[in-house]
This record gives sequence, C-alpha cells and structure tokens, in this order.
Amino acid sequence: MGIVTLIISAMLVSNVVLVRFLGTCPFLGVSKKISNAIGLGLATIFVVFFSSLLSYGLYHLVLKPLGLEFLSLVSFILIIASFVQFVEMFLKKYIPSLYRSLGIYLPLITTNCIVLAIALENIGNNYSLVETIVYSLSVSAGFLLVLILFSVIRERIDSLNRVPQAFKGVAIALIITALMTMAFFGFQGLV
Amino acid sequence: MKQKINIFISSAFSNNSTFVLLLGLCSILATSSSLSSAVGMGLAVMIVLMMTNLIISLLRKIIPAEIRIPVYIIIIASTVTVVDMLMKAFTPELTITLGVYLQLIVVNCIIMARAEVFASKNKPLDSLIDGFGTAFGYLISIIVLSLLREIIGTGSLTFVNPFTNATVFSWTIFDARYAISLMVSNTGAFLILGLLLAAINALSMLISSHKKRRKEALIAKGGQG
Repeated sequence: MGIVTLIISAMLVSNVVLVRFLGTCPFLGVSKKISNAIGLGLATIFVVFFSSLLSYGLYHLVLKPLGLEFLSLVSFILIIASFVQFVEMFLKKYIPSLYRSLGIYLPLITTNCIVLAIALENIGNNYSLVETIVYSLSVSAGFLLVLILFSVIRERIDSLNRVPQAFKGVAIALIITALMTMAFFGFQGLV
Repeated sequence: MKQKINIFISSAFSNNSTFVLLLGLCSILATSSSLSSAVGMGLAVMIVLMMTNLIISLLRKIIPAEIRIPVYIIIIASTVTVVDMLMKAFTPELTITLGVYLQLIVVNCIIMARAEVFASKNKPLDSLIDGFGTAFGYLISIIVLSLLREIIGTGSLTFVNPFTNATVFSWTIFDARYAISLMVSNTGAFLILGLLLAAINALSMLISSHKKRRKEALIAKGGQG
C-alpha cells in the first residue's frame, strides 16, 4: 500500500472513533470545550507516536529474536504506562507551562485504547518502520480532527439549550456521533 | 447471604457499567453488531473480570500501595493474554470476529475500576461475586444492544455456537426487505446506544418524579392528621 493511501485510509476512511470505535471514552468525556479537545488531541498524537515507536523497537529487537511474541500485550501496556508516567514527570520538572496545558490529559491517555490498539496493529499488520511512523501519526491525527469537529458541534448544541431533558449529556452526544459517522461514509470510496 | 446478593445487584444493575457509569463503551459499540459476537465478548469480559478480581483480592495485602496500578495492569494483561490464547485455540472464528477488541479488554476501564474500587479492599469471595455481577451487567447491556441492532438491521436473529461453529438457532422476525441495514453498521451502534440512554434517562426521571409526588402526598396527609 502506498504511503498516501495509508494516510487517507487511516485518517478518514477508517477513522479511529467513528468507524472503529476506539477511544470513545475520551471522545465523549473531553469534548465539551474546543480548547480541551485540542489539548487532548495533541497529547494523544505525541504519546501514540512515541509509544508505537518504542513498542515497535521492543518487538523487533527483543521479543522476536527471543521467541517471546506472546508477551507483546503485557510488555506493550507496560511500555505505554511507564512512558506516559515519564513524560508527565519530565514536563512537570522542565516545561511547566506545557505541563499545565497538556499534563491533565496525559493520565487519561494510558487507558485510551487507541494507543494500545495502534501498537498492536503495527505488529499485526507487519508494518515497516516508515509505515509504523506514518500509520501512528495519521490515525492519531484522525482522532484530533474528529475530536475538534465534535467539540465544535457540541458547544453549539449546548449553547442553543433546546435539547429535551432526557437526551441531555451523553445521549445527544452519541446521536451527534451517529450523524457524523454517516458523513464519514462519504470517504469510503476514496481508497 | 443477603449481603452477597446486594453486592451482585449493585454491581450488575444499579451501577451498570454501560448505562449508568458509561465505562468501556468502545468494546460494547464495536462487538454488538451480531448476537454471537456480543455473547462471545461478554463472556470473555466475564472470565477476565472474575479472574482479575479474584487474584487482586487474594494479593491485596501483599501489593504495596505505591505501585498498585502497575501491578494491576500486569495482572490484567496476563489474564487477557491467557484468555486470548485459549480463545485462539478453541474458538478461532470468534477470535477473528472480535479482532483487536479482545486484546483491548486490557484497557477497558471497567476492569481497572473494579480492581481499584472493590477488589483491593474486599475479601476474595465478595470480589468474585462483584466481578461476576459487573460482567453480568456488561453482558446484559451488550446483548440488549446487539438484539436491537441485529433484529432491526437484518430482520432475523442468528446464534452460532463459537466452539463448533454450528448454527444454534436462526429465526426470521420479519422480511429482510424491510430491514434497516444501517443499524448493523457503526452509525446504528452510536444511534441505538444514544436512544437507549435517552429512554433510560426518561424512565428514571419518570420514576423519581412519581416518588416525589407520593412523598408530597404523604407529607400533606401527615399534615392534616
């Protein structure tokens, strides 16, 4: 598969949230304000990129030569959790301004299924190093894109204040998401 | 005994992970397109949750408080690996259908939440019951969602035994020409879950307003007497 096709398919055609249901929890939880959405989206891109690089290295340099492929799930989740912890401590100590704007989203990312799913898929799909980098960047960019779009719609809906009582909160958010998935069907012919 | 039943009811219904706490929606949405995959996913979560709750509860006095989260993660990930390997061996077709979502049970918030909130503080048997109850609530929610999606989306209901791949039953509810195939796709997943949540909200609002009215009536009666 060409690199361009990979980018388009990972970002739009099989979008993480709308088509593959990954990262639904932060998608619904941190989308009430556009500033929060951008913060979480950028933090996700950062963590996904580095943790998929780390797990790619671990798999091809350690697990595969030793024949320990079955340990990939355990070791990937540990790598992700400790990497997030490390980034949090590093930012707190050396770049406090960035920590204040991004830091609160970092612990949320450990339990974000996108990170682990991409790490596992890079291995499952037998991607090369370049493909791993491109794939992880474009999937998380797709997450950022959808998160921004969704938070803009949600801000507008909340400001209108015309949602029926029973639909307030997550119910209307899920229905908006359903409508967005229909819009994203339009990309299906691209690849 | 009554206390044990209370643990079960609280974890399965009044604190239902999907409809009340909104945890672990990814796997609910992704694997509810057919009844067979929903039941498979629900049972896998049940096994993992009961095992991890039991192990964490047995080790709760040994695990140091400072590093409990990484320890929980390792226990959960190892259990999921074991379940994944067993399912690959005995139910290969189901494993392909569930795909990456089976391994993603590791990052399912429900399991971590039960470990942190319940299993780390309670006796093994209670934790086992809590795990069973929470997973039962999960199973019920995923089955409800998959029933609605499969019936509206295809007009029929099929269940395949995951071990033998034989069809257990296949009922036609209505003619497939009138089925809304959108409901089997991802749009249907979000739409039906949203409508279900709204229905549950409306119902609980109705119940609470009814209770309020009865209470007011009682107070008015008491005032007269």
